Amino acid sequence: MTDVIETTGSSPDPRATDTRDRGGPAQPMLIVENIKKYFPIRAGLLNKKVAEVKAVDDISFYVLKGETLGIVGESGCGKSTLARLLMYLIDKDEGHLILDGDPVGEKTGTSLDGLRRSLQMVFQDSYSSLNPRLPIENSIAYGPKVQGATAKSAKEQARALLEKVGLKADRFGQRYPHELSGGQKQRVNIARALALDPRLLILDEAVSALDKSVEAQVLNLLGELKEQLNLTYIFISHDLHVVKYISDRVLVMYLGQVVEIGPVDKIYENPLHPYTQALLACRLSMDPDERVDSAPLAGDPPNPVNPPSGCRFHTRCPFAEEVCMSKAPSLGDALRADASEHLAACHMVHAGSGHSKAPNPDTRQLPLWQQGEMR
Amino acid sequence: MTDIPAGSLPVDKSQSVPSTKVRGYWGSVWNRLRYDYVTLFCMALIAAIVLAAIFAPWLSPMDPEKSSMANRLRPIGHAKFGLGTDEQGRDMISRLLWGGRVSLLMGIVPVFFATLIGGAFGIIAGYYGGKVNMVIMRTMDVFFAFPSVLLAVAIAGSLGGGIGNQMITLTVVLIPPLCRVAETATAQVRSLDFVDAARASGASTYSIITSHVLINVLSPVLVYSSTLVSISIILASGLSFLGLGVSPPTADWGLMLSTLRQSIYVQPLVAALPGVCILITSIAFNLVSDGLRQAMDVKA
Repeated sequence: MTDVIETTGSSPDPRATDTRDRGGPAQPMLIVENIKKYFPIRAGLLNKKVAEVKAVDDISFYVLKGETLGIVGESGCGKSTLARLLMYLIDKDEGHLILDGDPVGEKTGTSLDGLRRSLQMVFQDSYSSLNPRLPIENSIAYGPKVQGATAKSAKEQARALLEKVGLKADRFGQRYPHELSGGQKQRVNIARALALDPRLLILDEAVSALDKSVEAQVLNLLGELKEQLNLTYIFISHDLHVVKYISDRVLVMYLGQVVEIGPVDKIYENPLHPYTQALLACRLSMDPDERVDSAPLAGDPPNPVNPPSGCRFHTRCPFAEEVCMSKAPSLGDALRADASEHLAACHMVHAGSGHSKAPNPDTRQLPLWQQGEMR
Repeated sequence: MTDIPAGSLPVDKSQSVPSTKVRGYWGSVWNRLRYDYVTLFCMALIAAIVLAAIFAPWLSPMDPEKSSMANRLRPIGHAKFGLGTDEQGRDMISRLLWGGRVSLLMGIVPVFFATLIGGAFGIIAGYYGGKVNMVIMRTMDVFFAFPSVLLAVAIAGSLGGGIGNQMITLTVVLIPPLCRVAETATAQVRSLDFVDAARASGASTYSIITSHVLINVLSPVLVYSSTLVSISIILASGLSFLGLGVSPPTADWGLMLSTLRQSIYVQPLVAALPGVCILITSIAFNLVSDGLRQAMDVKA
């Protein structure tokens, strides 16, 4: 897969002229601070809360302006819940969002409406995310109309956006979603998300349901749009190849928590967390000689209602020791760390954690298991 | 993986593309309905019945309430009374035309109001879910617990007879099933991503319901309410038959069926006429609703 994203030559760099920018280029686009969401499980006659699903448990990270942050993890690890929390589609229990320096939904800062104009989302299921009874043009024009545009200008904008995502407005504008292919529908969804001129786009498994050739087209389209419109992406996927292709940084989630975060090259070349290593080992190779015979990771993820004590991964981790069961490893301060830093929530990375494979605090030496023993 | 720039994707600009015919939603519904001859015939039949009822004062050859003891229970094909006379010598043609007025009113008006009220409650219950849903739907369940005829008799019995009370009765009886259909359809739509996408664009709940939910809930509710028209007519006939609806001498198909019952051995064909009218009307409404259901299905 080659890098096909090219800047449109003649037009000036949109970054220099973006009037929406408030915090300056160094201010992250979005800061997520200790966000939490526990879903209650209710049972019995009085609907008493009997337990909680810890879907998103104390997650912090930031997204820089103009970058693509990939979020990966198994099904059910809380990726989509996180996306919906960021969009305010479900209410968070705790935590803060800071959009370009302004806290969201608090007394001083951006209103919820401001967030919605700046933050949009492309949903995974391209069919159910379009109203089957509305022509696609009207679906796209709905957002601007809600935000106060006249019917005529909203429609013009919708048609321009259709052209922008590669669909002829005259031919497709009046069609219904069932008259389009999966790739075309996902293009319409992207156009709908762009209709409010957002700065940050959350792509929740946006290309997962498409076949490979269409997926490539849509990924190229996303790359072009990012350059043209000065967008920032949060790209949620379980396809590690796609994430590697599109992301600048990668965040790995396991059972509602961040286990590893860092630049894409560092994570793919030198994964620190055993879970990331297992995920990467699951990737299918293009070379038929390198078959994966057995799954590197056995079993299902533990129940998020009752997550394991200590490190949540210790039940499936090949390196688990005493300390992993009793003490939860910390990721470090993901908000203070530089974007080029590579953090992992694993005792084997932290010196003096008590794990036998942890690096010696005196000699700054990589642990044994990283020196090629595992490869 | 090849690089296909988005701007020049599949369409060759030099080639002229035949312009696709643009149809709105209702345009495409009509396009499917156009070839459904059974439904079209039944729609024409309903239109004829409605017109006949509206223009009954001008169409009916005689006064429907003027009795004549000399001409009691004449057979069908009588020189003066084309469809015979009833047990009080009143002209059956006139009475059937006038009776259609009351019966159609009983079929359409309660269903219309029940659709409005039940549909609104159903959409609210389905959209908000949770406690709102529980309060509304459990209240509906109380009415559901009774068979519809029994419920109608109970309400009509306590309200008393008369056309107005009969309509109120039928509306109350028809609200719970319509509410349930609207609630189910809304809850289904509510869970789809396009509602979340609309919320993400900052739309108010009212705007989402009117421009996204309603259009998707409309067709199942409309189709279901059209099946209720025939049920409502039959229920109204039943109430009249029991003496809880319109009072004599007003003409009403149900009431006519009831009073002509005693004469069934004397003039069986005449006695069956009001029943035939009810039968034809309700079958026509049922077939039309069936056709509508197919025509309103976008994916067909």
